[in-house]
Amino acid sequence: MAGWDRHSGLAVALPMENIDTDQLVPARFMSTPRSEGYGRFLLHDLRHDESGTPHADFPLNAAPEASILVARRNFGGGSSREAAVYTLVDAGFRIVIAPSFGDIFAGNAINNGLLPAKVSEAEAEHLIAALAEPAEAHVDLTACRIRLDAHDIGFELDPIRQRKLINGWDDIDLTRADADRIAAFRDRRREAAPWAWPTAPQR
Amino acid sequence: MTAPRTLLDKLWDAHEIVRREDGASLLWVDRHLVHEGSHHAFAKIAARGLPVAEPDLTIAVVDHYAPTRDRAAIADKQIARMIGTLERNAQDHGLELYGLNDPRQGIVHVVGPEQGLTLPGLLITCGDSHTSTHGAFGALAFGIGATEVAHVLATQTVWQSRPKAMRIVIEGALAPSVTAKDIALNWISRLGADGGHGHAIEYAGATIRALSMESRMTLCNMSIEGGARFGMIAPDETTYAYLKGRPHAPTGAGWQAALADWRTLESDPGATFDAEITIQAETIAPTVTWGISPDQAIPVDAALPDPAGLPPARARHVEAALDYMGLQPGQPISGTPVDQVFIGSCTNARIEDLRAAAAVLKGRKAVVPGLVSPGSMLVRAQAETEGLDRIFTEAGLSWEAAGCSMCVAMNGDHVAAGKRCASTTNRNFKGRQGRGARTHLMSPAMAAAAAITGRITDVRDFDPARAA
Repeated sequence: MAGWDRHSGLAVALPMENIDTDQLVPARFMSTPRSEGYGRFLLHDLRHDESGTPHADFPLNAAPEASILVARRNFGGGSSREAAVYTLVDAGFRIVIAPSFGDIFAGNAINNGLLPAKVSEAEAEHLIAALAEPAEAHVDLTACRIRLDAHDIGFELDPIRQRKLINGWDDIDLTRADADRIAAFRDRRREAAPWAWPTAPQR
Repeated sequence: MTAPRTLLDKLWDAHEIVRREDGASLLWVDRHLVHEGSHHAFAKIAARGLPVAEPDLTIAVVDHYAPTRDRAAIADKQIARMIGTLERNAQDHGLELYGLNDPRQGIVHVVGPEQGLTLPGLLITCGDSHTSTHGAFGALAFGIGATEVAHVLATQTVWQSRPKAMRIVIEGALAPSVTAKDIALNWISRLGADGGHGHAIEYAGATIRALSMESRMTLCNMSIEGGARFGMIAPDETTYAYLKGRPHAPTGAGWQAALADWRTLESDPGATFDAEITIQAETIAPTVTWGISPDQAIPVDAALPDPAGLPPARARHVEAALDYMGLQPGQPISGTPVDQVFIGSCTNARIEDLRAAAAVLKGRKAVVPGLVSPGSMLVRAQAETEGLDRIFTEAGLSWEAAGCSMCVAMNGDHVAAGKRCASTTNRNFKGRQGRGARTHLMSPAMAAAAAITGRITDVRDFDPARAA
C-alpha cells in the first residue's frame, strides 16, 4: 500500500449521521471477490431506487469524481465488514471527515490507505454548509489540517495511525520481522498457561 | 506493590508481545475464529504464499451464509460457493471445521462458548463485530477487519492500541420479564450508538453477578451497538460451572491450573476507569427500538418521540427515522402492528432465549408468520429434547436450522421491503434485514408476545405473575 501525506480533490457532503457499514455495503454484495471492484456497491441502496436507477439528487451521484466525503457523527458504525472501506476506496475516496467513526471501521480504513479525519461537530457542520455544492478541498496529513475555501481546520488522528498512513506500512511485513519475539512469547505462554491451548475434544 | 489494575489491563498485559515507541501493542491471539466472510483474508495470505501460522488455534465455522432449510441441495450458487470456499480453506490449512452438515454447526459466537473454545483469560479475534460476545467469560474478545484477519492468520498476532476503560455497573434486581437485552438497549439509549467509542466496557455489579452465562453473552454481544469494540465480565462460579466438561475445556490438573489463573481475572479494588456509569436495575423496563439505530430505543410502554420541540438537527434525524420506519410521532409504540417475527442470532438464540420465548408462546397461536433459528444445531437438539420445537410449531412458527439467518440476511432469509419485523437481533439499521425492511429489536419473550398479538406488546401482560 502506497503512503501519502497530501491530497487535493473534490469534497462532497453527505449530511447524515450513523451511516453504518450495512448502508455503505449491503450484505448481499459481499460475496464478490475484491478483484472485481466494490465501488459500484458504495451506499448502493441509498443511491439507487428499487430498479437500480441512480437517484439524480443523491449527493454522491452528482459528484462521481469526489475523493473527500464529509458526514455527520458515527460514520461506519456496526459490522466489521472491511468491504465498507473497499466501496469507498474503489469509488475513489481518500478521506472521510466526520465527528466520530466506528472503531473497527477506522482501523480498517487505515489498513486501506483511507483517512478517517475526526473533526468537531461544529466544524463538520461548517464544512457541510460550505459544501452545498461539491468543492475542491486540501488535506495535509502531516499537519492534520483541512482547507476548504476560507475554512482551515485541524483534525484528530492517533499518531500511530498517522505514521502508518504516511508510510504506507504493511503490518504483515513489519510483524514478521518480530518473528523471534513472537515465537519466544508463544513458548513462554505455553509453559505458563498450557490451558490456553484447546484440549482434544472430549465427547 | 503495583498499582491497582482493571480486568482490561490484566488481559492486555498478559497478551502483549511488543509495545512500540508510539504505543501500539502487538498482541498474541489465543483463538482465531473464521467464517465464510473471511474469504478476503484467506485470499490475501494466498496471494503472499503464506501458511496459517497456528492452525490449532484457528477454528472455522459456517454461519453467515448457512441456509436454515434445504441444506442438502443449496439452490443459490453464490451461497454454495461461499460455504464451499470456507470448507476448502479449512481443509487446505488443517483447521478444525464446524461445517454445514456438522451436528455442532451454528453461529460462531454460540459455538465457541458451547465447545469450550472460549475461556476466561484468552484473547479471541474474529472478523465479526459481535466477537465482543466472548468477553462474557472474562476474555479479551474483539471484532477485526479483513486485513487484520489476514494478519492473524499469518502471524497469530494483532496490532492494537489499548482502549480506554469504561465500567457499567448495574445494581439491584431486574423486574420480571426484564432481560439482558433490555439492559443493553437501556444503556445504549442513554449513552448513544457511539457512546462506547474508543472504550472497552466492563459490566459489573450485583445484577450482572446474578445473570446466567447466556444473559451475560447477550449483554456483551450488544457492546458494539453502543460503539464499544470490547465488552467483558469478570469470570466467577457461574462461568466455571458453564465451562466444566465442555468438549475443548481443560480437564483434570489442567482445569485446576486454569481455575487458579482465572480467579485472578477481576478489576482490583481501587482500579480507575476512564468512564463509569451506574444504572439501577429496577429502572429498566422491557425495551424496544423504534428507529434505525440501536440507541433509538424506549420502554415498551412509552410513546414515540415527537420531533416538534426538538432542536432542528435532532428533529431532522428523528423525522428521518420515523419516516423510514413508517411511524407517527408521539404515538405509543405498543400496539404497532408487525408483519412477522424473527427469533434468532448471536444475540438471542441460546437455549435460555428459546425457553423464554416458548414460555410465552406455550398453548398460544401466532397471528403473524415467524422464523425461529436456534443459535447452533446443539441448541436446536437441546430445545427438541425439551419439547420447545413443538411449542413453536404448534403456535405456527417455522422451526429451522442454525445460522446468522435473518439477522444479516445473507443466506436468503430476509424481511421484504416495507415489512415490519419484531426481531431478537442486534441491529435495526436501514436495510439490515433486507432492503427496505423495518426492524424492531427486542428480547425473545417480547418477540413471542408480538407473534401472539401481531403487535408490539408489553410482555408483562403475558406474565403469569402479573396476569389478572
